[in-house]
Amino acid sequence: MTVEPGTIAPDNRPVNVQAAVDKMDALLGGHIASYLDACVHCGQCAQACHFHEATQNPRHTPALKLLPMTRVYRRNKSPFSGLKKALGLAPEITEQELRDWEPLIFDTCTMCARCTVVCPMAIDIASVVAATRQAFVAAGLGPPDLLQAADNARDKGSPLGVTPEVLEDRVEWLADDNEIEIPLDKDKADVLLTVSSIEMMKYPDSVVAMAKLLNTAGVDWTLSSKGYEATNFGVLSGKSDVAKIMVERIAAAAEAVNAKTVVVPECGHAYGVLRWSGANLLGRELPFQVLHITEYLADLKRQGRLKFKPYTEQAVTYHDPCQISRRGGATADARYLLDGFASDFREMTPTGNFNWCCGGGGGVQAMARAADVRHEVFRIKMAQVEATGAPALVSACANCRLTMDESKAALKWDKELISIVEMLADNLDVPAES
Amino acid sequence: MIQFIEGPLWYLALTVFVVGVAWRIIALVTMKRPADLSEARSGSSGAGGAVKAIIQHSVPHGGNLGRTLYHFVTGYLFHVGLLVLILFAAPHVEFIQERLIGADIGWPKLPRWGFIIAAEAAFAGLILLYVHRLTDPVKKQLSDIDDHLGVWLTFIVMLTGCLALQEAHAGLRAFHLLTVEALMIYFPFSRLIHAFTFLLSRARTGATYGRRGFAP
Repeated sequence: MTVEPGTIAPDNRPVNVQAAVDKMDALLGGHIASYLDACVHCGQCAQACHFHEATQNPRHTPALKLLPMTRVYRRNKSPFSGLKKALGLAPEITEQELRDWEPLIFDTCTMCARCTVVCPMAIDIASVVAATRQAFVAAGLGPPDLLQAADNARDKGSPLGVTPEVLEDRVEWLADDNEIEIPLDKDKADVLLTVSSIEMMKYPDSVVAMAKLLNTAGVDWTLSSKGYEATNFGVLSGKSDVAKIMVERIAAAAEAVNAKTVVVPECGHAYGVLRWSGANLLGRELPFQVLHITEYLADLKRQGRLKFKPYTEQAVTYHDPCQISRRGGATADARYLLDGFASDFREMTPTGNFNWCCGGGGGVQAMARAADVRHEVFRIKMAQVEATGAPALVSACANCRLTMDESKAALKWDKELISIVEMLADNLDVPAES
Repeated sequence: MIQFIEGPLWYLALTVFVVGVAWRIIALVTMKRPADLSEARSGSSGAGGAVKAIIQHSVPHGGNLGRTLYHFVTGYLFHVGLLVLILFAAPHVEFIQERLIGADIGWPKLPRWGFIIAAEAAFAGLILLYVHRLTDPVKKQLSDIDDHLGVWLTFIVMLTGCLALQEAHAGLRAFHLLTVEALMIYFPFSRLIHAFTFLLSRARTGATYGRRGFAP
């Protein structure tokens, strides 16, 4: 089945082409220029891209996503650009071209970096797409729902409307309902736990599970109403001002409680942004370490502070969130947690750093118009899971989970999706009180 | 005419090639971006990642061999064949000695059978890659005039090189040199620059991700 994603309704938004060109010009540094000068149009990246593989549409070739930057580079910045301009070999970008490219830059790129693995030049197309998104936003383009999510995060504290007041209410409700302590706004704490609003609103059991695990291990931790939202829709949407604000809030909250560690919940891009871009967005080194919840729980397990009863209910396989594994370097810890715990653990092929994306990363989950193509992409994941024979798929990202839950419902798939944190919390081996 | 091709035009082409390539590489190296302020993962480094990426991306990895076998085989046939011809074909060694480095420095020259094998590999690789460019929907969508010009110029250079192999006619040798000069002048302005930029691209990705613990 061929799907044309991102079919954009007639759109009368004014487009400022020059603003897009100026932004790309400003962001075009040595890294991006090296990539643009190295691409030989071999097209091998297409075979690594889930959007191309799911649709077989050559328009979804990742290398095509370099085109806007290439055009600006060739006209404005590359050596001999003046000569090329004079000879008419470097035409100006047009409004129609920007509109045509918009679905390529937003709807059909999850910034998963599988294309980088297969590229003979190792071109990091995901980073070029992230920069290009900023230019499209400057021009007045971008999926309205993704941009709204970023605005919500800036104005309300989270993309799903979890204001500090809502956070307080939900924490109180979860604590009462589950008879568990969920500290909020302690004066001092070793660990600042952040949450994703997807968990808070759609998977609250995951928040309870994190609290249960941290409490059991005796961790001195807190949530903070000053900085709690781990997701960063500023980065996903290309709104760099919002990206910085979101990191500033978490940094301020961590510094206020003197936290040595900030723990990012089950969210892939939240980890990638805070761990690897947070300091760069702030313009200073972070005075605390940033760990994904799987990294932190693995540390607690290594220290003997957490023990688990074997999980024998069913065979499970594990979906690697791209921003935690391939682009985050934290592939091993989820497996360390599953090792000796899940009694029948089966790896997918490919897996780990080379795993296929769920289809909803890079903000694609939040774009309603991309839903159809996301579901098509998910068929790749379904086939991977079915090949293992495992009836359940474990993951460590609420965004992946939501994406997969929606596709599972749309495609009437019968496998179970499990959060690794919830799975671990449900099987804590706590000595009986004497 | 032959004197012009072997004299002034050669030096012009050489100058354009050397200055042009140097300009492009220097421009890329000097276009800086702010330092990465994130704390590297313990035991990981950017330098290690850069070296790993340069080596790793020379072959398909990550379970992608089956998907990229055609490119892998044809790409290596062409590139290795061409490199061997450029560096070891007897007339080339003599030309390099005569024009660039002097007779005191030398290295083994390809025997005739070696030339034929290298040339066949290079032709087969180039033709198979180009057929793919003309027929594969993905490559058709990506290709622009530069991709076609680069292939055709290279093909013509290789073809005239074979014609000039016997050195039976000064005109054939000059014709080959003329096409080489055209390629050298075109090179810095084109995607052929990937012969140098592949190192920068791989190293930059490797350095960025190496410090995270995994270079894709």
